[in-house]
Amino acid sequence: MSNPASQSFASRCLKSRSFVVGGTITLILLCCAIVSLFWTPGEVYNIVITDRFKAPSADHWLGTDQFGRDVFSMLMTGTQNSITVGVVAVSIGLFAGVSLGLYASAKRGWTEELIMRFSDFSFAFPAILSAIMITAILGPGGVNSIIAIGIYNVPVFARLTRGSANSIWAREYVMAARAAGKGKFRITIEHILPNILSIIVVQATIQFAIAILAEAALSYLGLGTQPPHPSWGRMLNEAQTLMFLQPMQAVYPGAAIALAVFGLNLLGDGLRDVLDPRLSRKR
Amino acid sequence: MNKTVLKVTDLVRHYPLPKESLLAPPRFVYALNGVSFTVEEGKSFGIVGESGCGKSTLARNVMALEDTDAGSVQILGNEVVGKTFNELRPLRQHFQMVFQDPYGSLDPHHTVGRIIAEPLAALEPLSRQEREDRVKEVLSSVGLKPTDMSKYPHEFSGGQRQRIAIARALITRPALIVADEPVSALDVSVQAQVLNLLRDLQDTHGVTYMFISHDLAVVEYLCDEVAVMYLGSIVEKGKTEDLFARPAHPYTRILLDAVPQPASGKKRDRIRLTGNVTGQTEKRSGCAFQDRCPMVDDRCKRETPTLKEVEDSHLAACHFSRELVEKAG
Amino acid sequence: MTLLDVRNLNITLQTAMGEARAVRDLNITLKKGETLGIVGESGCGKSMTALALMGLLPENATTSGELLLSGEDLLEKSEKEMCTIRGNRMAMIFQEPMTSLNPVHTVGRQIMEPLRLHRGLSKKEAFEEAKRLLDRVGIPNPSERIRNHPHQLSGGQRQRVMIALALSCSPDILIADEPTTALDVTIQDQILELIQTLVDEEGMSLVLISHDLGVIAENTQKVMVMYGGTAVETGSTDRIFDELTHPYTQGLFAAMPKIGMGRNRRLTTIPGTVPDLINLPKGCTFTDRCPLASEKCGGAVPARSQMNESHTVMCHHLDKAIKARGGELYQ
Repeated sequence: MSNPASQSFASRCLKSRSFVVGGTITLILLCCAIVSLFWTPGEVYNIVITDRFKAPSADHWLGTDQFGRDVFSMLMTGTQNSITVGVVAVSIGLFAGVSLGLYASAKRGWTEELIMRFSDFSFAFPAILSAIMITAILGPGGVNSIIAIGIYNVPVFARLTRGSANSIWAREYVMAARAAGKGKFRITIEHILPNILSIIVVQATIQFAIAILAEAALSYLGLGTQPPHPSWGRMLNEAQTLMFLQPMQAVYPGAAIALAVFGLNLLGDGLRDVLDPRLSRKR
Repeated sequence: MNKTVLKVTDLVRHYPLPKESLLAPPRFVYALNGVSFTVEEGKSFGIVGESGCGKSTLARNVMALEDTDAGSVQILGNEVVGKTFNELRPLRQHFQMVFQDPYGSLDPHHTVGRIIAEPLAALEPLSRQEREDRVKEVLSSVGLKPTDMSKYPHEFSGGQRQRIAIARALITRPALIVADEPVSALDVSVQAQVLNLLRDLQDTHGVTYMFISHDLAVVEYLCDEVAVMYLGSIVEKGKTEDLFARPAHPYTRILLDAVPQPASGKKRDRIRLTGNVTGQTEKRSGCAFQDRCPMVDDRCKRETPTLKEVEDSHLAACHFSRELVEKAG
Repeated sequence: MTLLDVRNLNITLQTAMGEARAVRDLNITLKKGETLGIVGESGCGKSMTALALMGLLPENATTSGELLLSGEDLLEKSEKEMCTIRGNRMAMIFQEPMTSLNPVHTVGRQIMEPLRLHRGLSKKEAFEEAKRLLDRVGIPNPSERIRNHPHQLSGGQRQRVMIALALSCSPDILIADEPTTALDVTIQDQILELIQTLVDEEGMSLVLISHDLGVIAENTQKVMVMYGGTAVETGSTDRIFDELTHPYTQGLFAAMPKIGMGRNRRLTTIPGTVPDLINLPKGCTFTDRCPLASEKCGGAVPARSQMNESHTVMCHHLDKAIKARGGELYQ
């Protein structure tokens, strides 16, 4: 019986259907993004007006848009953008939010009150609204939209972290660590963080999906990624005027967004099953 | 003359309750109302009482895990109350704690070796080898294998986990171990193993115990001296034999009578206690036990009884303690 | 008249680690008005037995054997039929009164619900009846308390409410699974006294499950000592406590600190831990912890030996066990 917990980790992963499906979708998207860095099946940046509105064929797998660009290639390249936004924005939220949450939970008292009221305050604004506000101040563009989405993520993680950290602080093993003379900082690093990590990881995948949605929405409004760099949101925007002429132009990026969000949410669900300490501790 | 390991004097702890409105007078839970006792080296001091009597609060205050309102706690002559957490750190090696819940008191993400070595953080840094040796040493003294140090808590049963918790308390070679209900979550046969272990450790290591329990039989088995608490005060204190044979407070008598006896021929004659513990949030005159006491009279409502000696080193806070002792003796 | 007759009850749980044999070849007979205590350590199958009686086993459980309540086999009843039986003929009280009551409803509403459902009382009648029941279980001021939510009551009072709920449809059998484990001794005393009185007055049968030998000794007529999912010793309470026979019963008794025992004697410990229900040892399940164990014990399940008309023991070494009584079996 050598460490049954780690032994069954891989098998638990494979047993969770949501984890497998979600993980596969996410992996495919990731591959698309990486491949598109070196190679795409068709033109993404150059306008070839003669090729406009081509039907799907061997050359153009999903056809071309009104500028003759290859739709499938644009979707592939758009993945880069979505993933970058997701990674950076979630990292900002994760780092700042988790630190704030842990700090609030360790300090308690008015520090906690202050941090939590502040996050309630920023939470009260709808995500898109605050992102619009931030891009309005900083100006539109890819980087600014990432910052906006990142800032929106901060209170989400701060609240979650503080809530789960508080419940860990009430555990007897934390009391034991206090009785051993460990300070709050050490306890936070050694006991609190490892015990709430799984909850945070699950939330991060969900926030990742939300970030992709938010980026698409911002680009759709023209506040996100700027042309000529392709993004799913802007593809939707451009297809909007052609809704009745070329409905499929709107369907493709829409489907891509839906697929990404679906995959990430499934992955989050699956991770929750896999990482649930109640399951891993069961003998 | 024996050395005094723990000396608690007039310890007071009142928890503020959330105010009902801004202008309402502050309300408190009177968890400890001036508790005093001393424990000598190598002895076990038991504290019994029902839930809500303040025994766990007492443990946390002795361990300096929360702020104390007034009074003093001296461990090996060092004052603990009023020191900052950092000032206390070097002192912590002298007093350690064992908790009630063997499942909740061990971090599931740490190996047993890491869990047991945790209190060493308060000491001067040790080399890796030294640390490992000490962990192995305490592991074998609580009856576990040295190879267990690389395992995780979930691989152990409740009784074994409590052994791990005891090993953690022992690693700094403390003078005092505060044990808060260490066996109440365990099965009878395992409880006996842990109780015997605690006794053996006292014989071999000479540790002093402050032992908190709601189970009078367990306290009788392990402790030299006992204090009975009710509503944040000690109502009776004395040598275990004296106190169990001749209880001088009606509450002690009732507690003893309430323990069901595993023997044939049922239904003992006894006084049953009515009602619940009330009055944690109010301060009033007279004896705290007056509402539930079968012997209550006018005097109990007027005068608050203080701890008085009834026999040699046997104290009780009751107006009728002499009569009670005479009747029992 | 036999009210409850359990014959060769087996309960198997499907778990991720394999099949766990929670209860094996269990036999219980309970007459009307009789009280039975089931005693044992955690994992010995006592709670599973209670859940089986109530038809409340978890989904991964499979059963075999017969579970006869006045001649009807409960194991063959549909869930719907069990629902009526649970409400009217059997009732159960649990260890943790806080989690067994719904925190969002008043106490009164929770007692009135089964009254209206099973006994078809009108709202007003149910209210009066609920008040009467609360009074019956010794809750002071029932007309006020009936409007309280569970969190406004103390642990002892909540357990009283649970008992009132159990009484609401005047069941034939009351099953109490560790009803006082979460309570202080003085409150435990009150609750057990209440259960005793109610059982006497209503003529109910009682199945009292506890790990505490003292609780069992003082509140039951018959005892069943369970170990590793099966009854190792059964008999009338007085008999058993006078003549502890099975090595496990002897060990359990000796391991328990008792008031008045003093500090000079050392507590007896049973070595080892309770058996893993998934990999149960062959033969007698107590073999690896038993001081009397011989080769025979590991090979075959011991037969039930009849000590006298009301005392059976499952042990290969009955003579040695009887000789060891009162002595130091575990050294």
